[in-house]
Amino acid sequence: MAQSPLAQFEVITKVPLEVAGYDISFTNSAAYMVATLVVIMIFMTMGMRKTALVPGRWQSSVEMCYEFIAKMLGDTAGHDGRKYFPFIFTLFMFILAANLIGMVPWIHAFTFTSHIAVTFAMAFFVFIGVTLIGFITHGVKFLGFFVPHGAPWYLLLILVPIEIISYLSRPISLSVRLFANMVAGHTMLKVFGGFVVSLGALSGVMAVGSILPFAFIVALTGLELLVACLQAYVFAILTCLYLNDALHMH
Amino acid sequence: MEMEIAQIAADAQVNAARYIGAGLACTALIGAGVGIGVIFGNYVSAAIRNPSAAGPVFGQAMLGFALAEATGLFGLVIAFIILFV
Repeated sequence: MAQSPLAQFEVITKVPLEVAGYDISFTNSAAYMVATLVVIMIFMTMGMRKTALVPGRWQSSVEMCYEFIAKMLGDTAGHDGRKYFPFIFTLFMFILAANLIGMVPWIHAFTFTSHIAVTFAMAFFVFIGVTLIGFITHGVKFLGFFVPHGAPWYLLLILVPIEIISYLSRPISLSVRLFANMVAGHTMLKVFGGFVVSLGALSGVMAVGSILPFAFIVALTGLELLVACLQAYVFAILTCLYLNDALHMH
Repeated sequence: MEMEIAQIAADAQVNAARYIGAGLACTALIGAGVGIGVIFGNYVSAAIRNPSAAGPVFGQAMLGFALAEATGLFGLVIAFIILFV
């Protein structure tokens, strides 16, 4: 009955739906996305129920989330970036809640950010949005973003393609970073969980040896919680940096 | 009969090459380890010299850590692609 450690990433259809030949079934991935939304909405709305000037614990934590993102956006994108705050905040809270819900132990939680389709969709929209913002703000002069200042003309022939390629690799790196971190973390946890079971199944005193992989899993879970929060922060701050590049070229 | 045996042998060789390739792709994690060590080594030695300036820079240290780890994990993704695609 031993499953591969990668079996946890399987997308299972709960409610099959089809529209015009497209499969839009409600899967476990979609169910966890809905659960993430519900958790975030409960956190935000119930926290701001009684808005006091001196906040209680829940309201204080909601305000801390808000201020953390607002400060990050203000530091990186400047004053013009403030109108993109809802998008950055949504992105950060969605990825954070997604990663953290995937770490909940007993419910066999499914981390939907461990699918490249999901992370690439988010990164693609960030990339398209930021490029469009750049072209709307600067017009055709946005293409000057790829031409570094003060470079002699013979270097431009090789510099501009390199700059364009590194710009086009942004959505790929953004999505693969989140995807690989989630997949690697959860696969490691499953592999060491398998070690605990297989060592614990040994007869007699040898079963005590399963303490070692168990201790490692405890430490690894701590690291994975840190990585969950960190990857959400990195996604958000890189989006802010790309936004800053689009709004104020260099 | 011989064709089937030859096909099974060829598949086994491709599988063996897959495992070797996946193992080689994981050498990218050497770079990840070195990069993370460099970032945090510099952060700690700078924090010891100037403890009061260490707080505001911590966010950038975390960003640098995530970016360095990401390049190592790109190699891991290549390993997965070799193994399963």
